[in-house]
Amino acid sequence: MPLLTVENITKRFDNLEVLKGIDFTLEKGEVLAIIGSSGSGKTTLLRCLNFLEKPDTGLIKVGDEVLFDAEDNTTFSDENIRLKRLHFGLVFQNFNLFPQHTALQNIEIPQRLLLDSEIKKLKQDHRQYRKSKKLPIRQYFDCLIEQKAQRSQYREDRLIDIKDKSLRLLDRVGLADRADYYPYQLSGGQQQRVAIARALALNPDVLCFDEPTSALDPELTGEVLKVIKGLKSKDSTMIVVTHEMKFAQEVADKVIFMADGVIEEIGTPDEVFNHPKSPKTQAFLANSLE
Amino acid sequence: MNILLELLQGFGLTLLLFAITLVMAIPLGLLIAFCSMSKFKVLSVLSRGFVWIIRGTPLLLQILAISFVPSFVFGIPNKAIYVGLGITLSTLNFIFVAIAFFINYACYFSEIFRGGIESISKGQYEAGQVLGMTKRQIFFNIVLLQVVKRIMPPMSNEIITLVKDTSLARTLAVAELYFVAAEAVNIHVSLMPLVYAGLFYLLFNGLLTILFGKIEKKLSYFRS
Ligand SMILES: Nc1ncnc2c1ncn2[C@@H]1O[C@H](COP(=O)(O)OP(=O)(O)O)[C@@H](O)[C@H]1O
Ligand SMILES: [Mg+2]
Repeated sequence: MPLLTVENITKRFDNLEVLKGIDFTLEKGEVLAIIGSSGSGKTTLLRCLNFLEKPDTGLIKVGDEVLFDAEDNTTFSDENIRLKRLHFGLVFQNFNLFPQHTALQNIEIPQRLLLDSEIKKLKQDHRQYRKSKKLPIRQYFDCLIEQKAQRSQYREDRLIDIKDKSLRLLDRVGLADRADYYPYQLSGGQQQRVAIARALALNPDVLCFDEPTSALDPELTGEVLKVIKGLKSKDSTMIVVTHEMKFAQEVADKVIFMADGVIEEIGTPDEVFNHPKSPKTQAFLANSLE
Repeated sequence: MNILLELLQGFGLTLLLFAITLVMAIPLGLLIAFCSMSKFKVLSVLSRGFVWIIRGTPLLLQILAISFVPSFVFGIPNKAIYVGLGITLSTLNFIFVAIAFFINYACYFSEIFRGGIESISKGQYEAGQVLGMTKRQIFFNIVLLQVVKRIMPPMSNEIITLVKDTSLARTLAVAELYFVAAEAVNIHVSLMPLVYAGLFYLLFNGLLTILFGKIEKKLSYFRS
């Protein structure tokens, strides 16, 4: 079974039909590169996958769990979407690091906030449990105190884990020595690497990159592409929108060429780059080689 | 010496009005800002209209208008109110002034808050969203501090203006610093009370300026 199934996604903004029916599947561990000229709908597709835009029609499935089905309105409530988003990660073109937090804190904070939500939920469960037991007042309070201690112990342990994990991720993107730097003290390439570590920290099933190097000076793209390449493994499934053709060819298992909101061509890197069938793909590739 | 003591008393009332206005206007301003940014058109139009009226008319007029509300709108004479509540007329007048002040300042603050919140890039919200944060978490953990940093300069200006505006309370004979000083000028046939009053305002604003400088410095550890 494919890890990701995308069926007939369409999206229009007012009169502009930006996505005109996108279908593809992705196996676990695969890297999909999406190429295409600007305005072809690549960003919009990634935003739909991350629920930053609501597709007009279509279906998004991870494994056998339907995350989005345009026919079924119940799948699009706020809280629902928040949890569903966690299946996907998104690395933005312009990083969007949180400026008031250090590199390490940027990676920690989403995890900490998820922990907060989890503990809030645990607190409710604990209360439920206490009430259901119908304890005499004395035992009730003993129970309450014990549960509270339990929760705060749990929180402490998890915070240590979170910090460890975040430091390991920083190391993995080559920034172990920049943990306490604020975003403005980092180069664009370093900021983007922090953003990648931040997205990885939540273990998304599918990690999406939207032109991760196009906001960078040319001499900084290499370090970021190298990090992304290094993430490729049998467990990490990625979608990379990019203008770096050489990179796409090297790292991708599957390539999609998008034009005017449709998948004009899909295939292996060899098929799409070396033997493109569609004239539009041929023209685009010829252009981008110049 | 006697004069200074009287002035100090007036200054106390000035400070009280200043503090009440700040404490009430900041949360109310935030509420108005959120209403103005609301997706519900009716709410945002009403809220913006209200802010427009308050910012477009003199505070002096608003103070008088508030003091007329009970008798002209509800048909209850002010005398009935302060006798009924067991307070003095001057206390009632002080309450009117305070209400006018905090409504007025809430509107000014709300525009500063709205500008600050709207100046935060959409990318910050979206980054928070894709990282699984709730709207609350995004506001309090990501956006708020950046907004505070951005609005510090206009807020300090507004707050320093507030210090000077408190002298408008004299319209309802509230015995704040300026009112006391002006009376003392008549009684003692000397301009010194006004000079002293000026020094009080200056000193207090000097302290505030130092405080705001400290806060801005504290927030200078990051850039956004
Ligand atoms: N929020 C929006 N409102 C209106 N039009 C939009 C919006 N987002 C994108 N578009 C339009 O959709 C088209 C595709 O945009 P995009 O997905 O960003 O393309 P790409 O990433 O391939 O360059 C463009 O014409 C763009 O102007
Ligand atoms: Mg784009």
